Amino acid sequence: MNLTDLTIHQLQAQLRRRDVSAVEATRAYLERIAATDPQVNAFISVTDKVALAAAEEADRQLAAGEAGPLTGIPLALKDIFVTEGVRTTCASRILENFIPPYDGTAVRRLKKGGAVLLGKLNMDEFAMGSSNENSAFGAVKNPWDRQRVPGGSSGGSAAAIAARLAAGTLGTDTGGSIRQPASHCGVVGLKPTYGRVSRYGVIAYASSLDQVGPLARDVEDCAVLLQAVAGHDPLDSTSVDTPVPDYDGALRQGVKGLRIGLPQEYFIDGLDPEVRDALEAAVAVYRELGAEIVEVSLPHTAYAVACYYLIATAEASSNLARYDGVRYGLRIDRGEGLIDMYRQSRAAGFGAEVKRRIMLGTYALSSGYYDAYYLKAQKVRTLIRQDFLDAFAQVDVLLTPVAPTPAFRLGEKTTDPLQMYLSDIFTIPVNLAGTCALSVPGGFSAAGLPIGLQLIGRPFGEETILQAAHAYEQATEWHRRKAPIE
Amino acid sequence: MNSKYEIVIGLEVHVQLTTASKIFCGCPIRFGAPPNSQTCPVCLGLPGALPVLNRQAVQMAIIAGLATGCEIAGRSVFARKNYFYPDLPKGYQISQYELPVCRQGELAIVTEAGGKTIGITRIHMEEDAGKLLHTEAEGGRYSQVDLNRACTPLLEIVSEPDLRSSDEAVAYLKKLHQIVVYLGVCDGNLEEGSFRCDANVSLRPWGQKELGTRSEIKNVNSFRFVKQAIDYEVERQAELLDEGGKVTQETRLFDPTAGTTRSMRGKEEAHDYRYFPDPDLVPLVISRQWVEEVRATLPELPQAKVERFITELGLPLYDAEVLAAERQIADYFEACVAAGGQPKACSNWVMGEVIRGLNAEAIDIAACPVTPPRLAGMLQRIDDGTISGKIAKTVFDEMWRSGQGADAIIEAKGLRQVTDTGAIEPIIDAIIAANPAQVEEYRSGKEKVFGFFVGQVMKASKGKANPAAVNELLLKKLKA
Ligand SMILES: [Zn+2]
Repeated sequence: MNLTDLTIHQLQAQLRRRDVSAVEATRAYLERIAATDPQVNAFISVTDKVALAAAEEADRQLAAGEAGPLTGIPLALKDIFVTEGVRTTCASRILENFIPPYDGTAVRRLKKGGAVLLGKLNMDEFAMGSSNENSAFGAVKNPWDRQRVPGGSSGGSAAAIAARLAAGTLGTDTGGSIRQPASHCGVVGLKPTYGRVSRYGVIAYASSLDQVGPLARDVEDCAVLLQAVAGHDPLDSTSVDTPVPDYDGALRQGVKGLRIGLPQEYFIDGLDPEVRDALEAAVAVYRELGAEIVEVSLPHTAYAVACYYLIATAEASSNLARYDGVRYGLRIDRGEGLIDMYRQSRAAGFGAEVKRRIMLGTYALSSGYYDAYYLKAQKVRTLIRQDFLDAFAQVDVLLTPVAPTPAFRLGEKTTDPLQMYLSDIFTIPVNLAGTCALSVPGGFSAAGLPIGLQLIGRPFGEETILQAAHAYEQATEWHRRKAPIE
Repeated sequence: MNSKYEIVIGLEVHVQLTTASKIFCGCPIRFGAPPNSQTCPVCLGLPGALPVLNRQAVQMAIIAGLATGCEIAGRSVFARKNYFYPDLPKGYQISQYELPVCRQGELAIVTEAGGKTIGITRIHMEEDAGKLLHTEAEGGRYSQVDLNRACTPLLEIVSEPDLRSSDEAVAYLKKLHQIVVYLGVCDGNLEEGSFRCDANVSLRPWGQKELGTRSEIKNVNSFRFVKQAIDYEVERQAELLDEGGKVTQETRLFDPTAGTTRSMRGKEEAHDYRYFPDPDLVPLVISRQWVEEVRATLPELPQAKVERFITELGLPLYDAEVLAAERQIADYFEACVAAGGQPKACSNWVMGEVIRGLNAEAIDIAACPVTPPRLAGMLQRIDDGTISGKIAKTVFDEMWRSGQGADAIIEAKGLRQVTDTGAIEPIIDAIIAANPAQVEEYRSGKEKVFGFFVGQVMKASKGKANPAAVNELLLKKLKA
């Protein structure tokens, strides 16, 4: 078996036994990235030297018996995580040559845990997109079918797992950016509760919605990665100071008696029959395992996409104001004054989708429109959050599709932004509610494309969705399939 | 006072707080440090950096709010004020908008026209921007950005449009300045921009209820300039109105060299700041308990001190006001009283010799070589007759110079006043014997000659004879 086929927990066991060294594992990944990534385009930057140096240090710790769960494990990061001394682009021309002077909190925690960082992963520019086609560094290809999108915005993070280019990755999820690509690439991806993982050092798209989360080959790996990054951070005022449970320890408790809700509003007309079939099959599996299935209602679901595109873009219009060519990043200065420099730098630095969202958000916050758009959207958000709290008074988790269809073709939706926005219809409400959810492989389409299932939990109920996903995973074989890519 | 129009002024004062670190990051606040040396990812506005609110800044906002009679909001919200400028690293300023930390306060002022209470609409917290340095070098014009000041904490104190003259505006500013410095929340340094003001000025015909169109004069940083700027602006607007013209709502800049204001931007060019709650910061919750804890530690304000000095210590109004004007001086004075000094005597000496000495050497009262217990100790020696008031000046100078106590100096220099009649009598006898003509004059009714004898005795005793004892003995001997 190839080293690059192992899960994190399998590799960890081998490293501990010293059957393999961290340097060997890191070399295996670096070689595979060099050979395979040109077909996928998952990486924006590969940091060989940094990775090997970290691997050597990890080997010393392993030899000394001081290893933690991530010591020597080769991981990669969405290029939205600020990394000291390593170029961080957010897949944008405007940050093409930006080398940050500091590490964010999640990165620091991974490094402290002994992880080996292989490089920075492709994404939709500033995390704005659902297909990873909005990257200044080119689209990412789906490892299951290179004609198709991997999903977005954490497309590189999902594709890298599917193509076995990293043992685990971190992504961010603002409206589905971890779960939707995880679903399209047949991997596990978890969006934690807002406030569970620090956002310090994560380039902001929509600050009230952004959340860091892991993508991995199986549920257990996801639990290990989440454990490493979760927890209060004094540098992020929105991170919450509640204790972090032992996620791995909670995995194997089964689902007997667990109440699983099926929100009726998620079974819409546009739902692909193969996705519907996968969901129904999953319901059967859960029944078999002893869970109780309950129909529930999330009545404000229909307003979620509109609500999201007002709040997210409003925050983005402000968050992206700092890219003005003055202090760092791209500057185009024709010597015609300050305003011209701003305009030229931003015109050349941002891609079309980013500009579209900045304009949308600027409009939503403008004097005379604020109440009708931004403020109204905030009120709708409260209603959506209440929907979830009401549902969780009846059930422990919700089971839904992740995306209405399996991965679509590259270029299929790029000319129709609205169609693209609707592909996040099942994931967006979770971000608005601020709660947690994951995507776990739940089957394949006839064309051989992965289909993910979404499990949504209560705020800070990551344990429960991991436990439910793990039980399903143990009862099925989907996560063992390998994407056809060498 | 204008004959045709009523002047209406509202002031927005920016007060830089004296916190140890910036409002949203841990960087120290140091004026005059090398450019960009007091910065970090947060105040540089680097991608991914997040603000964390400084508790000490909130504490100071509560202090300022309580001292101006404001309501302290149990829940207030930070908002982003969005605009582009090179000294604003994030492209927005974190401020407060709909829910400020303090509301509805007031400040009492006194001008020649009398006393008046000025409403305070709100006090909100915000971060300062950086500074631009414009240089010309190698054939080009460059603007450089220094972000040391970025993210330093400010209070913006907004008054109601209750001020009716430039004199009132200046009185309000001086009063506010005195209070924030007194409270220790601001160093009050006007040149360094620690206390700066925008003035909203409008005119309306006497008797009209609704306000006229206002102009906003930006960033005036001295009391004198505020008066100049407002006076100029009032005259400008009055002329416009007299000619049948209209005042346009605009932002104007004061030019201190010309003493005039000029248009900076009109209403059409006014920014739409697109305020919205900052999602990076949670709402600021201030408990009643916190407010009460702050209230309990609030220092006594100048007005209260003046009243107390008058009623409890029996000082005249003039003394009370001079002493209470500066907190350190007031504290020094009170320490003297606490150390046993008689209040009026302490007041005389603090307002006289102490302040004179400080001014002469340009030093702070904290560095005064004569400590309050020392001064009080010396005053006691006057009281108990050990030294005379006149000799005390010599003793004080020596205390200032040497840092020694009064008793040591009196002993070492032999300045003790002679009250022993046994010691004074021979001197008086000798003087009377040596001046028979003057004795004759006195006895024939020219009582003015008495002063001559006192002077002679004091001279002979090198000033150490107790004047009261000298008077008494002289009188007895001359009349005998
Ligand atoms: Zn800083």
